[in-house]
Amino acid sequence: MKGLRFYGEGSLTLICLFAAIVSVATTLGIIASLLFETLGFFQKVPIQEFLTADKWTPNFDNPQYGIRPLLTGTFMIVIGSAVVALPLGLLIAIYLSEYAHPQVRRIVKPLLELLAGIPSVVFGFFGLIVVTPFLKRIGLPVETFNALSGSIIVGIMILPLVASLSEDAIASVPRGTREAAYGLGASRAEVSITVVLRSAISGIIASFILAISRAVGETLAVTLAAGANPTVAIDFTQAIQTMTAYIVEVSKGDAPRSGVAYQALFSVGLTLFVITLALNILAQRFVKRFQKYS
Amino acid sequence: MTPSPFSSVSAGRKFKDKFVHALCLTAVLVGIAFLVVVIVGGIRDGLPRLSLDFLRNPPNPRRPEQAGVFVAMMGSLWVVGLTLLIAVPVGVAAAIYLEEIARPSRTRDFVQANIANLAGVPSIVYGLLGLAVFVRAMQVGTNLLAAGLTMAVLVLPTVILVTQEALRMVPRSIREASLALGGTPWQTLIRQTLPTSIGTILTGIIFAAARAIGETAPLIVVGAVGFIVKSPSNLTDSYTVLPLQIYSWSSDPKKSFQINASAAIFVLIVVLTAMNLTAIVLRNKLQRR
Repeated sequence: MKGLRFYGEGSLTLICLFAAIVSVATTLGIIASLLFETLGFFQKVPIQEFLTADKWTPNFDNPQYGIRPLLTGTFMIVIGSAVVALPLGLLIAIYLSEYAHPQVRRIVKPLLELLAGIPSVVFGFFGLIVVTPFLKRIGLPVETFNALSGSIIVGIMILPLVASLSEDAIASVPRGTREAAYGLGASRAEVSITVVLRSAISGIIASFILAISRAVGETLAVTLAAGANPTVAIDFTQAIQTMTAYIVEVSKGDAPRSGVAYQALFSVGLTLFVITLALNILAQRFVKRFQKYS
Repeated sequence: MTPSPFSSVSAGRKFKDKFVHALCLTAVLVGIAFLVVVIVGGIRDGLPRLSLDFLRNPPNPRRPEQAGVFVAMMGSLWVVGLTLLIAVPVGVAAAIYLEEIARPSRTRDFVQANIANLAGVPSIVYGLLGLAVFVRAMQVGTNLLAAGLTMAVLVLPTVILVTQEALRMVPRSIREASLALGGTPWQTLIRQTLPTSIGTILTGIIFAAARAIGETAPLIVVGAVGFIVKSPSNLTDSYTVLPLQIYSWSSDPKKSFQINASAAIFVLIVVLTAMNLTAIVLRNKLQRR
């Protein structure tokens, strides 16, 4: 738009421009604050130790700062929750889009949105109070805090997201594609699997990646259900610690205001930020590809 | 859409069709069962604790049976109020700039991609941003103001994106009619485009508010306290919020505190579901129009 005629309109434009700049400044602020403290951290802790040491013990007299235990914890939650949420979410999406009565779909879709709005802390509590006791009852040798319970609860948390986004992808496959297959005599299962899924695959992959990214950044659910025990051992019955849970653990006490422990917080934050950013950019690639083909 | 009744389908293919149908239906039922078991199992214990006193009382570390969520609810109200006070004007203005003022350019695409990426940043990273920038660099301290600022930055991308979408939904003809009658671009925006899209913007704001109420992790990082007996009364007071109260109660091994957590979760879920449901219903109504 052009030709602002009245006095004062120019300043309105400036205000809006300034607001748009705030959003860019946010990104710069995140990157700058994470990088600044992380660089300070690497002056005291060699980057090799950060990447290769297999212990994360900032509170010990002889502290070690190896990110691997925290990465392992996050990775376990991602794998565990993906096993729960991805297949289930995809099947739910196929059901909603290909089999369910439109009326059912109209009810279930908003329901998924409501479920997605339940906060993380709530799911964490449910993991602690429902899932872990259940795992014990069926005879699994789990600790009070354990990675399995954390994975299941994060899986349940991201399930609505997977189902909803995959359903969007599947539903946007053009009607004509389906009709062509039906016209050739294909059954509903054949249409769903060979035609619809194949056309929507990029969109479905994008929904999977976004769900995984969500699991990586998931904080209170894993803090409450999976514990605070950084370890490189992959044992789902034991307590673990994710990157996010570490940040919470340090912050909820009297957060250190300076020193290596404070800077360590940001080095973990930067690792987390880089991983989720890479996942989100990857997901956007798939979304773009999907839009191009459909 | 149904398969053609004229197709000759072999028994094997028919079985496969039935099998896939059954599999998908099972997935739906398993998903629902998971959620119902977890939610019912989680709040069942808390239901007997629910009473008016539970809503009116401050927390009580010695007598959990007399504790309540009043202080936490006041904290949540303060935080969400501050968040919206900051995020809504900035977010709406940024959306107006991107959608109505800026011409298509590389810079605009870049800003747009940047906002989309911000929406995917884990909430706890916003906490670290708040800690470094607001609490330390700007010396705000670990108080309500820092919480409001941090949360505002967190919901800003959401507010921008929904406002942009709302502006995009306004029919071209409305803008053109206003411009044709001699309205300036700003008059057109303020008297026509914004009023037409206000409902959709409002739904987005309700979603953002619900998100701000449920979010805990960033507030822990910027110094919200798990236990506090007095409601905050100004910007420099320390505070707690409902989800953080839940967190600190549920980390306490004593059973009676866990019952409180359970009851508080019920309150939180009711509040958030009411907000989200309002937004969903409103949105569907507006879309149908």
